[in-house]
Amino acid sequence: MPTAEEKFVDAACWNCAAPLSHAQLFCTGCGKVQPAPDGADYFEVFQLPRKLTIDTAALERQFYHLSRKLHPDIYARASEREQEWSLRNASLLNDAYRTLKEPIARTEYLLRLEGVPIEEEGRQAGARQNTSRVPEDLLEEVFELNMQLEEMRMTRKSGDDDPALREELVRVKQQFEAQLGETDNSLQQLWQQWDEAAPASADSVKQRMVALLDRRRYIRNLVRDVNETLDA
Amino acid sequence: MTEERVIGIDLGTTNSLVAFMYNERPVVIPGEDGVNLVPSVVALDVQTDPRARPTVVVGNGARKSLISSPGRAVYSVKRLMGRGVEDVQDELKLFPFRLAENVQPGEVLRIRLGEMEFTPSEISAYILRQLKRNAERYFGGSVSKAVITVPAYFNDAQRQATKDAGRMAGLDVLRLVNEPTAAALAYGLDREKEGIVAVYDLGGGTFDISILKLQDGIFEVVATNGDTHLGGDDIDNLLIAIAIEDIRGDLGVDVRGSAEAIQAIRKALIEAKIELSSANNSRLEVALPGGHLYRREIARDQFEELIQPILERTIRPVRQALKDSGFAPEQIQEVVLVGGSTRIPAVRQVVDDLFQLSARGKKPHTELNPDEVVALGAAVQANILAGGSKATEDMLLLDVTPLSLGIEALGGVVAKIIDRNSTIPASATEHFTTGVDGQTNVAIHVVQGERELAKDCRSLARFDLKGIPPMSAGLPRIEVKFLIDANGILHVSALEQRSGKQAEIEVKPTYGLTDEQVETMILESFDYAEEDFHVRQLIEARNEAETILAAVEKAPQHAAWQQLSEQERAEIAKLSGELSVVKQGDDLPAIRQATEALDHATRRFAELMMDQAVSSAIQGETMQSASTKLGEGPTAPHEIAPAEFN
Repeated sequence: MPTAEEKFVDAACWNCAAPLSHAQLFCTGCGKVQPAPDGADYFEVFQLPRKLTIDTAALERQFYHLSRKLHPDIYARASEREQEWSLRNASLLNDAYRTLKEPIARTEYLLRLEGVPIEEEGRQAGARQNTSRVPEDLLEEVFELNMQLEEMRMTRKSGDDDPALREELVRVKQQFEAQLGETDNSLQQLWQQWDEAAPASADSVKQRMVALLDRRRYIRNLVRDVNETLDA
Repeated sequence: MTEERVIGIDLGTTNSLVAFMYNERPVVIPGEDGVNLVPSVVALDVQTDPRARPTVVVGNGARKSLISSPGRAVYSVKRLMGRGVEDVQDELKLFPFRLAENVQPGEVLRIRLGEMEFTPSEISAYILRQLKRNAERYFGGSVSKAVITVPAYFNDAQRQATKDAGRMAGLDVLRLVNEPTAAALAYGLDREKEGIVAVYDLGGGTFDISILKLQDGIFEVVATNGDTHLGGDDIDNLLIAIAIEDIRGDLGVDVRGSAEAIQAIRKALIEAKIELSSANNSRLEVALPGGHLYRREIARDQFEELIQPILERTIRPVRQALKDSGFAPEQIQEVVLVGGSTRIPAVRQVVDDLFQLSARGKKPHTELNPDEVVALGAAVQANILAGGSKATEDMLLLDVTPLSLGIEALGGVVAKIIDRNSTIPASATEHFTTGVDGQTNVAIHVVQGERELAKDCRSLARFDLKGIPPMSAGLPRIEVKFLIDANGILHVSALEQRSGKQAEIEVKPTYGLTDEQVETMILESFDYAEEDFHVRQLIEARNEAETILAAVEKAPQHAAWQQLSEQERAEIAKLSGELSVVKQGDDLPAIRQATEALDHATRRFAELMMDQAVSSAIQGETMQSASTKLGEGPTAPHEIAPAEFN
């Protein structure tokens, strides 16, 4: 897909006629809000390249800066179409910030932009069920855990508690939480690979990110299940 | 250049206020009685003349009606906004007013006051109109734009109901602002603070907790939570229930059926509750209808023990908001207290424990009057929207939607499309298709809430997408865009991508009014509004004047005219002339007087005409049939209206 710089758009500000580049939400000349651009992606909104390592402090500063230019409050006395544009652009800005700010959301978004079909965290109906495949190296532990969870649920149902089992479950949960920490580290490494990658290895990095996200999602759901059983 | 004035309004459960930014400071605008707080009470006056329309009274004037004519007064209508009959069953028992008979689940509520029915939005519109008038009196000019505050945890239906109320009151509501955020604005104005702030807002009917990040004049809400059915009213209702039991035990009297008794008890309990915020003891004394006297001493620690379960209901939302914000309680640098109920020492203790304040050598902020701070904040936001001034030039509010937005999917499960605490405006795009060949409509059920099943969430609305070009099942690609605007209200647009056709969207709001219904209420409300009552009376008086003048003009054609003396005819001519002039003005008493005078002067003429009519009518008639005819004919004397001439 062509990058932001490569798309030549024959656009100019409706107010002062200064030239506009693609995905420009307001005119840098006169400050007036522009009609919502077609198909601007979130990286373009922040004028960032499609790289996964982002300076979140700088992102926040940019977000505040852009908000001051686009928020509907600023256009409360402007024409109706400017109000409409500011509403759409501000929501685009907010959607972009929300997505890019959070590491997993950012990764998933990039993968989607790159054409990888990916189910987002919690957005699928029925996200309750752990429908992702069990990571191979965890098969045994997961099997064991599920048995223990079932046992605990039965105990709790009859109004009892099993302190030894509880302690064991807490220990296992902590192990899995440590695993989560590991996946986060691995993700950072994959980010670096993506950011530096040559187009040839792009596909392989993408595949590995997808697998990593799947694994991460699976473990998170496990931890959630343990918490729920313990708190019940 | 004159700026259009934008006022800030706190439409509260118990009290409402209007404020404005004056000389770089927000100021509350008092009512005619010089008081800042307008009780959110609306009553229908009893009229002695059955023909006259009843007048609506708002505020302190309406409070008396709560006890004297309880079936004609309503308070805490905010608890009913955007709600359905199934939500309000419990509190209806203690409210002195009733709902209309045939309100169905999923419909907007209708409240019966005396002989009339009102939706909660209409009642709120009367309160807003009163505030609008107070502002206009203060400025000596008209006001049509306002910012109105709502609880942060209000859902879409509740927000829409508030906006509708504004419209009915003749206000262009520029923005709905969340109450905790407004309070933060009021505090942030002269503080130039950077930091993490929590606003704990416990009002009459709603509880909100918001965590904000302040930086460079930007007020960014990070997380918000609350309970739109938790406040001082719940404390009152608990005490009332206890008192009723007490009275039954002590005096053997069951007052549950007596609205007057309940309202008298409520009034006394509220006074005692307030006293207990500063004193350790309070004495309750209520004169019950029927001559009984209920006396009780309440100690502060007793009171605190009783209300503890209610206060504890604020803990879970606070903990959830902190969790969502990613901040630990110790990272909260400032805590702001809002709402009258935060004056209760026990509430302050809960706040202190939640945020470890005294443990960290901190105190909550109460420098701004907790009853007024929201209105002051609304005035600040109003100022920003009106173009800003030096004090507000760098300020910007970034608020969030409090509840996740989802669509009901197959099996009754919710597919979340916008997460709670997303900064607004926010949007999401979803794709749908048809299940049946040739299907031209698709129904979408949108809900708000955090639960897994749609039936456990709050139904927002059903959208019918119509006008989809008929195709094989599964072929259409309908792109639906959901946009939550800066007021926290949802807008939906849909496009069938294959044909490029905009799908028509019919919105069926749950517990709400359609646009057409709101429009009707704006027009209908003119029939009952006090100010327009005057206009109506003027119009009626002019009509009467015109009727009599038209009749007098035709009078010389009538034979009976000849029977009048020169003097009488001159008198009639003179008074007609005077009335013609006066009726063009606005002087209502003068018009009425001139009409009276002319009526009086033509009375004999009317009688003469009457005699003639009688003589011609009873030719060939018996007295009885003639008098019957007379009774129905156009020349029959009318008791109330002046005699009508042909």
